[in-house]
Amino acid sequence: MSLEILGISVLWTFLFGYVMLGAIDFGAGFFNAYSIISGKQHILSKIIQRYLSPVWEVTNVFFVFFFVGIVGFFPKTAFYFGTILLVPASLAIILMAIRGSYYAFETYGTKGHKGYAFMYGISGLLVPASLSVVLAITEGGFVSIVDGNPVLDYWALFTSPLSWSIVVLALAAVLYISAVFLTWYANKAGDIGATKLMRKYALSWAIPLIVAAGGIIFELRFHRPGHYERMLDLWWMFGLSALLWAATVWNLWRKKNYGVAVWLLIGQFALAFYAYGISHYPYLLYPYLTIHEGFTNEAMAISLVVVFVLGFILLVPSIYLLLKLFLFDKDYVKGNKKKRE
Amino acid sequence: MLFDDPVFASRLLTLLTLSFHIIYATIGVGVPLFIMIAHWLGIKKNDYHYIMMAKRWARGYLVTVAVGVVTGTIIGLQLSLLWPNFMELAGNIIALPLFMEVFAFFFEAIFLGIYSYTWDRFDQRKHFLLLIPVAIGAGCSALFITIVNAFMNAPQGFDLIDGQLVNANPLLAMFTAAMPTKVSHVLATAYMTAAFMLAAIAAYQLIKGSNHAYHKKALHMTMKIGLVFSIAAAIIGDFSGKYLAEYQPEKLAAAEWHFETEEGAPLLMYGILDENQEVKYAIKIPFALSILAHGNPTSEVIGLDQFPEEETPPLITHYFFDLMVTIGVFMVGLALVYWLGVKLSWSFVKANWFRWLIVLGGPLSFLAIEAGWWMAEVGRQPWILRGIMTVEQAATSSDYVGLMFILFAALYLLLGIGTIVVLRRIFKNNPVESELKRYETKQGGEMK
Ligand code: HDD
Ligand code: HEM
Ligand code: HEM
Repeated sequence: MSLEILGISVLWTFLFGYVMLGAIDFGAGFFNAYSIISGKQHILSKIIQRYLSPVWEVTNVFFVFFFVGIVGFFPKTAFYFGTILLVPASLAIILMAIRGSYYAFETYGTKGHKGYAFMYGISGLLVPASLSVVLAITEGGFVSIVDGNPVLDYWALFTSPLSWSIVVLALAAVLYISAVFLTWYANKAGDIGATKLMRKYALSWAIPLIVAAGGIIFELRFHRPGHYERMLDLWWMFGLSALLWAATVWNLWRKKNYGVAVWLLIGQFALAFYAYGISHYPYLLYPYLTIHEGFTNEAMAISLVVVFVLGFILLVPSIYLLLKLFLFDKDYVKGNKKKRE
Repeated sequence: MLFDDPVFASRLLTLLTLSFHIIYATIGVGVPLFIMIAHWLGIKKNDYHYIMMAKRWARGYLVTVAVGVVTGTIIGLQLSLLWPNFMELAGNIIALPLFMEVFAFFFEAIFLGIYSYTWDRFDQRKHFLLLIPVAIGAGCSALFITIVNAFMNAPQGFDLIDGQLVNANPLLAMFTAAMPTKVSHVLATAYMTAAFMLAAIAAYQLIKGSNHAYHKKALHMTMKIGLVFSIAAAIIGDFSGKYLAEYQPEKLAAAEWHFETEEGAPLLMYGILDENQEVKYAIKIPFALSILAHGNPTSEVIGLDQFPEEETPPLITHYFFDLMVTIGVFMVGLALVYWLGVKLSWSFVKANWFRWLIVLGGPLSFLAIEAGWWMAEVGRQPWILRGIMTVEQAATSSDYVGLMFILFAALYLLLGIGTIVVLRRIFKNNPVESELKRYETKQGGEMK
């Protein structure tokens, strides 16, 4: 494997980690706000506090890892994406800041400011929407080079069916992933009301999800035929992903094996995510930047890989400890152990 | 200016974001050490006051860390958004410590999460161990980020041939001439500031009439440690001056309003510049600049006459430098008087007016941190990478930076107010007296 493939694979893996963890977080915020508005007062609040509060910083670091890593492995991305993303990325990080501070202000401090919970819920949808637009931009057609500098055509982006279908997919995925995970977590916590509610949400987002995913493949056929053809070459990965999706829904439907359903869900998204990534190769930004042109020098690449391996050795046991304490500890999940003095 | 000049707007936005982040970053680096010390003293002395201290500090710390994390995330992205050309070049050569920093955060975030949610799940000793990775992670993030900043001041570890970067050596780029003084000064001042911030809180409680031993212990401990770190900060600050004289003489000269190269140079304190660029009302300390620069009263100090006008840093840095040094000296003096006063039982160290000075010391230390950074970063102008790339070349070409400035300013206002309101509420609703009482009834006054 060449260094650039290794680099992009590591980054893509961390992005996947962020997508999954972030989706749980974003979706939970939305469901929480929704349940407050629709009067199902705080069915989810407890679950959110118990699971999300100790891990939100870890989720955030996955994101930081991705964007620091991509500038390290592919410095040219800083030039291209840094220039064109000023407005969308700024808006996204402002919203993320509001979310992050929610935990601090609401959970650690005082409880129950409706306005903040509402902002938190809305930003849970707006952040994935604005971040996912970046994927649409990488497909090309929205960026032109003027006087040597890349310029983003906002209007073309805003009116493109491709970018809208990506946004719709992102939203459906966020709500679906989050609902499936929280069904399992609520069930484990023995919270029957929350389990019922989340299962209902999970099932109702399953169909929109698969429709939106199909829609993107359809759009790409017109927008970037080259990418579409490479996706067809990987049909088996997408097909397998669809099977796993069906198996998840089947388990949820039977109200059985919620834990298995979560693993199936992870498999489904991993397959689709990597298949999409592989078919995107070699472009980082079509048609201007490939992973080969954008790659850093060899000395930097090797030192980054070394640091990555060392860092990984440090992190894996720590993450294991974290998960053991907050995710797999039955008593904690049930709330029998006090979470905080 | 703000809306039609992306370079100016980018500078202003960077100034705003970093100045805001550094407040939380300093707390983030400094406070874990004190939580650790308090927790350790509690175990050692079998005194639950110290355990309670660790608990309460950790509770407040969680709030500031959260804001530190979100503002830090903002900086990390904003560097690419505002300075894409710089980050493209920097990515090739100084990405390594940035990458290491992420691991440090990761490590810290995981253990902080565990520490703060497991007060009742481990015994005190085991629980204490969880703090060590938190403090190390926080210290390492300061180390790595400051290495990046040191590189910006004294870039090395590569060759530029026709604007192409070749022969990159990421390790050499990390160990620049600026790095030893910068890293140690930043760390020492972070610990010093955290100490005086916690001391200010304790002193304030004592002034408000709470005569509880808890606050006295907290005050005593933080002032003593603060004394050590403030002396360290001043000594390392002196070394930083020597570094500047050797490697960035224009920054030192601008900060000292030292226009002509000369031997036995005097140090100017305070004063103002009039419209003819003449210094007025300044206090002149003979030979002191030569001592600061080279440790020798007769040595030659390079002045601004040696540099072309367009490479002269803004002269405003003089005020920042004076502010930092004045506060540094004041804090050493204050902590020293406190320490002597307690030793020799001078009664005035318990007087309210003296405690008010200690309260003042908290915000002043933060002001010194800000002033130090303003001096260091504004004093690097016009360079972003000294001698290699100017701010102008580095900045983004996109519009709307001015608009983003306004949005971020509003965000920081919200976060700043939120922090204060939430911290006040946490501690007001749960004063230490009642928390200690609850603890005493629960444990029968004994530690677990
Ligand atoms: C509590 C904060 C604080 C205090 C009391 C001091 N400093 Fe400082 N100083 C900083 C906080 C700081 C800082 C924020 O940490 C800086 C900004 C950039 C850096 O590397 O550290 C800094 C930078 C800085 C620099 C510039 C380094 C560079 O640009 O590379 C010099 C020459 C000094 N300091 C010197 C001193 C002296 C002689 C002090 C005497 C008491 C002093 N500082 C006290
Ligand atoms: C000397 C100055 C600085 C210090 C001491 C410092 C320290 C810190 C600390 C302690 C945190 C909280 C991390 C946590 O607890 O998880 C933080 C967050 C962060 N800082 Fe700073 N910082 C400084 C300047 C910068 C600069 C200039 C950058 C940009 C390159 C930066 C990037 C970040 C990022 C990306 C985060 C968020 C990390 C996360 O999500 O966990 N910091 N910083
Ligand atoms: C990774 C380390 C750092 C990087 C990459 C960095 C980057 C930059 C950049 C790109 C600028 C704009 C150029 C300029 O106007 O000078 C700047 C300026 C500035 N930085 Fe740093 N910085 C770093 C560390 C810090 C830290 C830790 C602080 C502390 C708060 C800081 C404070 C400032 C300030 C106040 C300015 C504004 C200077 C001006 O307006 O002229 N920087 N920095």
